[in-house]
Amino acid sequence: MTTKVVEMSAVAEGVDLRHLEMSLRSPRTFISAALSAVAIGASILACIPLLSVLTMLAYRGGARLSWEALTSTPPAALAAGGGFGNALVGTLTMVAIATLLSVPCGVMAAAYLAFVGPESPTSAVVRFTAKVLTGLPSVLAGVFAYAAVVLTTGGFSAPAGGVALAVLMLPTVLLTAEEAIKMVPARMKEAAVGMGATQAQVLFRVVLPTAMPGILTGVMLAVARAAGETAPLIFTALFSNYWLFDLGRLNLMKPTASLAVLIYNFSAAPFANQVSLAWAASLVLVVMVLGFNIAGQFLSRNRHHR
Amino acid sequence: MASAPIEIASHAQVSIARPPSSGELLTDRLVRWATTGLAWAVIALGTYIVLQITWTARPALARFGTSLLAAKTWDSNRELFGLLPSIWGTLYSSIIGLGIGTFFGLCIAIVLSQDFLPAAVETILKNLIELLAAVPSVVYGLWGIFVVIPAIRPIADWCTAHLGWIPIFGTPLRGPGMLPASMVLAIMVLPTVSALSRDALKAVPTKIKEAAVGLGATRWETILGVLVPTALTGIFGSVMLGFGRALGETMALAMLVGNANEINVSLFSPGTTLASLLALNFPEARGIEAQALMYAALVLLAITLSVNVIGTAIVNRAARRLRGLK
Repeated sequence: MTTKVVEMSAVAEGVDLRHLEMSLRSPRTFISAALSAVAIGASILACIPLLSVLTMLAYRGGARLSWEALTSTPPAALAAGGGFGNALVGTLTMVAIATLLSVPCGVMAAAYLAFVGPESPTSAVVRFTAKVLTGLPSVLAGVFAYAAVVLTTGGFSAPAGGVALAVLMLPTVLLTAEEAIKMVPARMKEAAVGMGATQAQVLFRVVLPTAMPGILTGVMLAVARAAGETAPLIFTALFSNYWLFDLGRLNLMKPTASLAVLIYNFSAAPFANQVSLAWAASLVLVVMVLGFNIAGQFLSRNRHHR
Repeated sequence: MASAPIEIASHAQVSIARPPSSGELLTDRLVRWATTGLAWAVIALGTYIVLQITWTARPALARFGTSLLAAKTWDSNRELFGLLPSIWGTLYSSIIGLGIGTFFGLCIAIVLSQDFLPAAVETILKNLIELLAAVPSVVYGLWGIFVVIPAIRPIADWCTAHLGWIPIFGTPLRGPGMLPASMVLAIMVLPTVSALSRDALKAVPTKIKEAAVGLGATRWETILGVLVPTALTGIFGSVMLGFGRALGETMALAMLVGNANEINVSLFSPGTTLASLLALNFPEARGIEAQALMYAALVLLAITLSVNVIGTAIVNRAARRLRGLK
């Protein structure tokens, strides 16, 4: 025992103990600390745009936001007042059409990927296609819907806009629903199968209800993305100064206004009234989009708690 | 005691167990067919998008061949539809935006994956970066016009006055231009890069990190010497997917890039991109111009699809490789 202690102290004497201390004067420590400062500084800097966007929206958009802005149609070139009520209705209508198209398809295809045939070669191809479609530029979804819907139905319309948005929503819905269905514990499915349930019964009575919060998270994120899209709507729904529901009847097959296109059109307008309306519309759009995002994250948080 | 077995037997006679009815079996079969069919429909949709855009661009393809890719003038009255300036602008703005976005995105990925901050602050930062991705691009465009351009104008003027001999500062900033467009692009690709790089860094097994720390490496020697090289494939894939997003971004660029059909290396000069060319000219385009725009859409589709396919393949491969390390 004693010899060991002597040996250890001899080693300690041979080593310069100051080398073992962390000191900023040593270049290695200094570089490490400096890089930490750069990385944290850059992370904080990256949050500034978001804060700047939100302050500007609250400041310039909040100033113009009023009941009139939410309920009236866009003003003419030099007129005062006006609003974006028809654009708000148009955005909600087209997002609703897109949701009705993409959610059933996306969830059923996800059920195939995660439940019916998870290991099949088809699933691998579908997964890859969906991942590549996630990166499809939104403008190309618009070009596609223009060629596929506008040219065949003969005009710009709300359903055409809905189709373009559905193409953009589908991969998000599909991939998040697949993840959610995969998270359903195998023992629940096995218990249902053991009771003699058919695959369809297991899917509708056990798997989908259990995976529902996760699926809804994906739907919320997809809706949030679709509500803010502009480029596809320029090709499919264009814009309109009138209400969808006009002269006592609903007509979807005509050019339709949307908040995003209104912001785009008015941002370049030379009139202060239009520019301030663009800010107010941005505020409404961002509140809507962030609302869907936060709702989605809230749902997924609940799921983790269980 | 003696009565119990008899009771069980009587239960068995009125058993509620029965085979699935023919209706249930039919539903089961239909549901399975429906899910399989819809899975195939996703593949069909991807193929249909590519074919539909190619088909609509066919007249322009037949008429101009590949000559549009190298031509510089866009004048619909003279039927000149040169795409070179848009291709140049698309790549130039995306690469600058991606450069800035990757630097910040990687910093955030490292900060969020290596326990730099207390858990509560980390969650806030992560959520803020996610919200950055949620803001619609048209709002970024509006913000760019009224905030970014006025903010960078003094810096740009100084650079042109004092450093004008360097080509990238060669022209004055007249308003919209490449730099404001690229800066907004950087903000838009940053969440993609940081989220996917963070996943890649988190997937590196802890034992590898601990081994480096145990050998006496400092925090950043561990990060730059061990973690980043191990996660490099995943990080590279995330950068590719960010590149794909930047290439296809439309509205912010249409509002900020200036839409001038010219090729210039100056950061302050206006330019154009394929996506903004489409968005601006399409609503009024008729006849051959519409077909030429479809040609531009096809070029954009080819570029983004190849970048995305490569990026997705790299990310998938990186995930598989790291699973092997564990």
